[in-house]
Amino acid sequence: MSTHVDDTNDEVAAADAGAVDTEAVDAVDTEPVVAPDSDRPQYSHKMDLLYVKVAAVLVVLTAIEIYASYADFLDKAFLPLMLSLMATKFLLVVLFFMHLRWDSKLFGRMFWAGALLAVAVYVGALATFEYFAKA
Amino acid sequence: MTDVRVTDSGLAHEGGHDDQHEIHHGGHGETGHDTTTGLSNNKLGMWLFLGSECLLFGGLISTYMLYRGRTQEGPKPEQIYDIPFTSISSFILLMSSLTMVLAVSASKNGDVHRARLWLCSTAALGSLFVGGQVYEFTAFYREGLGFTTSLFGSSFYTLTGFHGVHVSVGIIMLISLVVITLRGRIDGDRAEVIDIVGLYWHFVDIVWIVIFTLVYLIPA
Repeated sequence: MSTHVDDTNDEVAAADAGAVDTEAVDAVDTEPVVAPDSDRPQYSHKMDLLYVKVAAVLVVLTAIEIYASYADFLDKAFLPLMLSLMATKFLLVVLFFMHLRWDSKLFGRMFWAGALLAVAVYVGALATFEYFAKA
Repeated sequence: MTDVRVTDSGLAHEGGHDDQHEIHHGGHGETGHDTTTGLSNNKLGMWLFLGSECLLFGGLISTYMLYRGRTQEGPKPEQIYDIPFTSISSFILLMSSLTMVLAVSASKNGDVHRARLWLCSTAALGSLFVGGQVYEFTAFYREGLGFTTSLFGSSFYTLTGFHGVHVSVGIIMLISLVVITLRGRIDGDRAEVIDIVGLYWHFVDIVWIVIFTLVYLIPA
């Protein structure tokens, strides 16, 4: 009798354990695993190296910009080149240093809404003053 | 059994795929906040503020673009701009963005000493930039370009002055962060504060990227 009770208890315990395990697995499958800061993977070194590389690219692009501002041979390519370099530097900082590449899309929407609205409004304003016609 | 930690907030998983994607790419993702979006309201507020700042600087830059040719009196832009000097200033500000992102990285890893070191470096580089701007303004004034000399002078000083004030505010925030780190550990909310100040600092940098190209390098 006591053996049966023990067996039953063992079965119940095993079932409970199974239930806990199932819940744990479900939790892993359905919910994002968010480790606290202390448990996060030690990505720092790899990420720091990436930041240094991005900074190096920014310096090179700035050097090209400065060189281009003194160069006479660029002619009509000068303005598109300068604007492209400026936009590339802008994007590199926003995507990598400000982490928009990895962060929530909502943050990006907040920022790009303001940035694109500013470009649209002020390009429109400059066009109203015939700025581009003069240029 | 494997020790699996999940977010305290049931709302956090509303972010779905994006949130998991963020975690796999270095833990920059914002999950686990007890808010309707699952994101940090402070960080969301900073991004919204930066979006509105685009409109402020957009207005100042476009005003400068319109007025930079209006120089009936006083020197013209090409007569007073010192491109080599401004290039060095730009380099300093770019490097301050690197030190800032390294400070954020160190704080997220709980490395207080390194975070403080990078914050101090960022503040020092920012101060150097502001010092350079004060020197530049003084030099321009001595060459005859006052605030009311011409429309070019007014728009130039307003634009670069506003930017300089933003950098100065950033330096004050950085020094405040250094004080915070001296008082205790930088984890949880405090680590997020460094992240948010970092966003502001990088924004100041991207504004200068635009100013440097449009104001200094592209001739009128």
